[in-house]
This record gives sequence, C-alpha cells and structure tokens, in this order.
Amino acid sequence: MKGYVGIALAVALLACVPLLTSSNVVLNFMVVALLIALVGQGWNVLGGYGGQYSFGHAAFFGTGAYVTAILQVHYGVNAWLGLVIGIAAGALVGAVTGALSFRSGLKGSYFALVTLAFAEVLRIIASVVPITGAGVGTLVKLDLRWEAFQFQSRAPFYWIILAFVAVSLLVVKRLEASRFGAYLVAVRENEDAAKAAGIDTFRIKLAAMTLSAAITAAGGCFYAQYFLFLDAGIAYGPWISVEVLLAPIIGGIGTVFGPLLGALVVRSLGELTKLATGHAPGLDLVIYGAVLVLVVAFAPRGIAGLFESLRAQFRSKPVERRNG
Amino acid sequence: MAELLRVENVSRRFGGLLAVNAASFTAEAGRITALIGPNGAGKTTLFAIITGFIAPSEGRIAYQGADITGLPPHLLARRGIARTFQIAQPFAGLTVAENIAVGSHLSRPSRAEALAAAEGVAKAVGLAPMLDLPASSLTVAGRKRLELARALAIEPKLLLLDEVLAGLNPSEVRDMVPVIHAIAARGITIVMIEHVMQAVMSLAEHVFVLAEGSIIAAGSPQQIAADARVVEAYLGHGAAGRMLGAANG
Repeated sequence: MKGYVGIALAVALLACVPLLTSSNVVLNFMVVALLIALVGQGWNVLGGYGGQYSFGHAAFFGTGAYVTAILQVHYGVNAWLGLVIGIAAGALVGAVTGALSFRSGLKGSYFALVTLAFAEVLRIIASVVPITGAGVGTLVKLDLRWEAFQFQSRAPFYWIILAFVAVSLLVVKRLEASRFGAYLVAVRENEDAAKAAGIDTFRIKLAAMTLSAAITAAGGCFYAQYFLFLDAGIAYGPWISVEVLLAPIIGGIGTVFGPLLGALVVRSLGELTKLATGHAPGLDLVIYGAVLVLVVAFAPRGIAGLFESLRAQFRSKPVERRNG
Repeated sequence: MAELLRVENVSRRFGGLLAVNAASFTAEAGRITALIGPNGAGKTTLFAIITGFIAPSEGRIAYQGADITGLPPHLLARRGIARTFQIAQPFAGLTVAENIAVGSHLSRPSRAEALAAAEGVAKAVGLAPMLDLPASSLTVAGRKRLELARALAIEPKLLLLDEVLAGLNPSEVRDMVPVIHAIAARGITIVMIEHVMQAVMSLAEHVFVLAEGSIIAAGSPQQIAADARVVEAYLGHGAAGRMLGAANG
C-alpha cells in the first residue's frame, strides 16, 4: 500500500505544475521529461526488472509513432483509436523481435546488439518506403480538437502524458507485487536457477518484452500527436534508444520511480548545459555521458538506490554489506 | 517398492569426450539413493540430463513410469523434480525469503501466500533467522541450505541433491545430515551426489558408483565400501590388491 501512496502523491504534485505556470517553455520541458519517463519505464520493465538490456527500444517507439500518424494521415482513422492500435502494433513488434531473440538464446550484449539491429532495420525501411513519407517525413494535419487528440494549449497534453506516466507507475508497482514480477526478477538474477524452480524463462522474457514495448509505443504515439511531425531519424533513431535507457539507469534501474527521477534529472541537466554553453552542439551529450559514467561507477542502483541506502543508514546503524 | 526414476543406458558426448557412457540406475520411491564416484566421473552431467538442462546423446529417462527424456527443466520441475546446483546459484540480489518464494510460487500465484510458504520451508532447513538477509550475505553453509530450501519450495516428489555437503566443515555436515533425513521422512525421494563418505554411509540406503561415465557398482553402502572395483576407481589400478595385501600382511 505504501508505494501506492507515494505514486498518488507524486502524480498529484506533478498535476499542479500547469496551475502554477502557463509558461510554454516550462510546460514543454515537463512534457518532454514525462515522455522520457514513460518510455524509460517501458525499458525499465525489460531491462531493470528482467535484466535484458535493449539498445533498440526505438523500434517500439517508432512503430507506435508511425502507426498513429499513418492511420490518421492515410486512412482517416481517429487519433484516439490510432493510439490504441499504435500501442498494439508496438507490442506486436516487441513480441516478434523478442520471440526471435530469446528463441535463439541471445543474452547480454548479443541481445543488446540484436535489438539495436532491429531498430536500425526499421529506421532504414522507414526512410525509403512511400507510406512513411520516406525522406520527407510524415506531417499529421493540424486539427486542434480534443477528438483529434490535439489541443490549443500545452496543459492538456501535459495532463495526458502525466496520466500515461501514472498508469505506467501503477503497472510497474503492481508487477513488483505479482508472481510475474517475482519470476522476471528471478530470470534476471539467475536463469538456470529460475528454470529449476519451474519457470518458463522464455515465456516470462517474452511477456516482459511485449509489455515493455507496449509502454514505449504509447510514448511514440504521444510524440506523434504532440509534435505532429515524424521522420525515420526521429521515430527509429538511436537518440530515443539512448534516452530510453539513460533515464532508468540514472534514476534507478529496477525501481518504480527510477525512470521518472532519471528523466527529470537528465532533462534538467540537458537544458542547463544548453543555457550555460549557449547551444554548443553536442555538449549536452558529453554531459550525459559523464553523468552516466559517474552513476554506473558510484551509484549502480541510481538515484533511487542512493536514496534507499541513505534512508537505511538514517533509520538504523549502517547496514553491513558484503560485496559479491 | 515402487520405482520413481529409471535412467536407461544414458550417454552424453561432448565432442570427442564421452562424459556419460550408457549409465543406468533406478531410484525407488521414498528412499535415499546416493550416486558416488571420483571427480570427473560424469555425476553432475547425469543430473543435468535427468533435470532437462542437457539433452542425452542416447538413452531414456522414465519418471513415474512416463518417458521424460528431452523435456525442458521447467516442465520437469512442474512434475515434481527438483534439483540443487553443485555451485550454489542463489538469486543474489534478493533476500533469502524472496529466493525461496520463487519456488513457492509454482503452486501459489499470490505473493503473500508464496512468502508465507517460504517461511515454512526456511524453518525446515534452519534458515528462519536469515529470512530478511540478502542471499549474497550468506556463508557457504547458508548458501547450501538456501539451495536445499529453493528446491524444497517447489514441493517436489523427487529431489536431486548435487553435493549439498561439499565445502562444509564437519560440524556443519553433522547439522545438515538430520535435515536431509527429515526431508526423506516426509516421503520425498532423494538422489544425492556426494563426496562426504561419512554422510553417504549414514544417509543412503542404496549406492551407485559412477566411474568414467559408467555405473561400475551398486549396492548397500557397506557392500560398496568393500567393493574392490570401487576402491580401484578412486585410488587407481592395483590399489585394491595392494591395500588388501597391506591389511593381511
């Protein structure tokens, strides 16, 4: 129950932001941060809880984004229906790539490379086939009505992405307390021991990848509606695969709040460097890299892990921990 | 007595190495059967074949009268075959309770029920005081008990123990022997690989000796200890003769 109160509190606090400011800069920043928190939560399900590190979550993000956009532009499908179909399509891509990778027994860096390859293949296809607009990209027609999932101001977008994040937090919290979650963590910790305990590790990993892809695809659908423009580099580009894993790793891998914390920190850092350096191209990436190295070296469980160990230290005498 | 497990002419080849060579043995329900043999005899490979982690090159395995050859590990676990690993394989990042609960979940979808059942299993193997400790903080003896607990948590009918006493000091072995006895007394059939002969003598009702991939002797612990082929397998060709000569002269 404790965790649910935390989620309710965090979401309630964040929901107040548009009431305090109407600055488009602030809201835009927060919308993008929450979008990264959402797609990062998707990665966290598979990478954080399941220990399967994907470098190619762009495959799911881009599929969600393109399916939503193309259905609207070419088939006149309602945007909200497009959202649902986009999420389903992302989940399907997750299930198919997952089945292929896990059936071949790919683990660790091999799995990471294969997911990266899937995303790149999709990027290249999207940059040549006519239905995605190839090199020109896809422009979603401006239609500022809520029925079309488009809004005049940024506040409704903000609340919608916050609702998505809230749902993803609840899903992951629920996962932690379920048999599926326990099995997923067991697979991460030791696959042979998991098999000996009666766990169908292939099925568990596949289910995790499908759920992970669905959450990340939801972020892609939102992206399409918010920016109304897609091209292959945006939808399937490596940038999103990196953002998606940076947030949970920095925030705290395998924790409910890790992706949200990480997204806020990473995005703030990015904006601050841009302010400080006057938009020197690529410098924010240098900062990202440095922070990532620091976190991996000194706080392998991220900001959330750091909080937890500090709390444990305050509550009782220092916890004795052995390495290994 | 009914036979629970039958291994028939099982062989396993790794490239040019014949790790298991037409090995056959049976385990009768409710008994403790020991599988002994020198290092490299193929004992652990044989266990891995029985539990589905490695496919046999030849041969057949029957459990409860049904052919289970080639079934994957998780299906065998669901049929009631549990194993421990020679090198303990804990879920290192989890607590002892969470480790055991992974096994308890097999018949209990609810998290709370699985954790409650884990507590009961921990008591049976003497891990109750460590329930909330991370598995990575356990000593070797603790990890061996955790292996045993995780295997018991799936509520097996057949329990394969791969050297649960190896690496323990004599007093830890003495503590562990009654735990294994108690498991057998609950009606769980046990097949154990073991090097600690004192434990084999006091626990096992029937012993099979594996050497160079083949079963070379079978019988009660006393018969096995007096078997010249067994002594030779451990100590080298001609050792039995020399030992007998020394004893008589």
